[in-house]
Amino acid sequence: MNDSTKTAAGAEGYGRRLEAVRPRLVSFALLHLRDKAQAEDAVQDTLVTAMEKSDSFSGRAGYETWVFGILKHKLLDAMRAQQHSGRWQPLENEASDDVVDRLFRQNGRWEQHARPTSWGEPEASFENETFWRVFDACMIGLPDNLARIFSLRELMGLSTRDICHEVGIKENNCWVMLHRARLRLRACIESGWLTETSTC
Amino acid sequence: MLMCKDATRLMSMKRDRPLTIRERVSLRFHLAMCSACRECDRQFELLHHVNRRFEPPAENRRTDAPRQ
Repeated sequence: MNDSTKTAAGAEGYGRRLEAVRPRLVSFALLHLRDKAQAEDAVQDTLVTAMEKSDSFSGRAGYETWVFGILKHKLLDAMRAQQHSGRWQPLENEASDDVVDRLFRQNGRWEQHARPTSWGEPEASFENETFWRVFDACMIGLPDNLARIFSLRELMGLSTRDICHEVGIKENNCWVMLHRARLRLRACIESGWLTETSTC
Repeated sequence: MLMCKDATRLMSMKRDRPLTIRERVSLRFHLAMCSACRECDRQFELLHHVNRRFEPPAENRRTDAPRQ
């Protein structure tokens, strides 16, 4: 086999692997950008970059991990662009959150209807398609700014220090937003999850 | 004494920065007495690991290191 056929065979192999990972790239991108067309663009960009640079893939990390690394950079760029175009605003001062306020009584205890109940075996939830359907719906239901901070923290894996640098807010605001996002998500997932499982 | 709302604030915070000793003690004390908050804590933990969904199955083991 000469060099050019070897390269062509390698490119074909990478092409297949990229095709296989594409759906996961798209759903990851969608959770961050909350816009289908922009998510598709970021993924398309990622696939092109991955093909162009596949020679520089060292093989130390897994291939998919490497591709996700490329996507993360593209997403951060796209999110910066969204922020510059005013598509979403970080938390303005310390305004309160009505949805969160309704979960608790004046004295700080859970309202009866909002008391968390068991979701069964936590690890099993991740194996369950329904869980992820509910999770995605609940993410869509979050206000843009909370979803943004949550995905940077829990999906992108940035520290809150990096997030405040990235978004230009104080770290304290970041903690407040993550608290709200987590409370809203867990409440939303619980109601969606219980409804879904009781009907099947 | 720590109430549920503030307890959830600490539960959320401990996933983003280390709690002070004082915060840790008051949270532990509250969790020992409040089953609803214990559930909430487990659910926050689950939410802290949602990125596992995007790990390729074959690579799970290598990327399984605990995350701060």
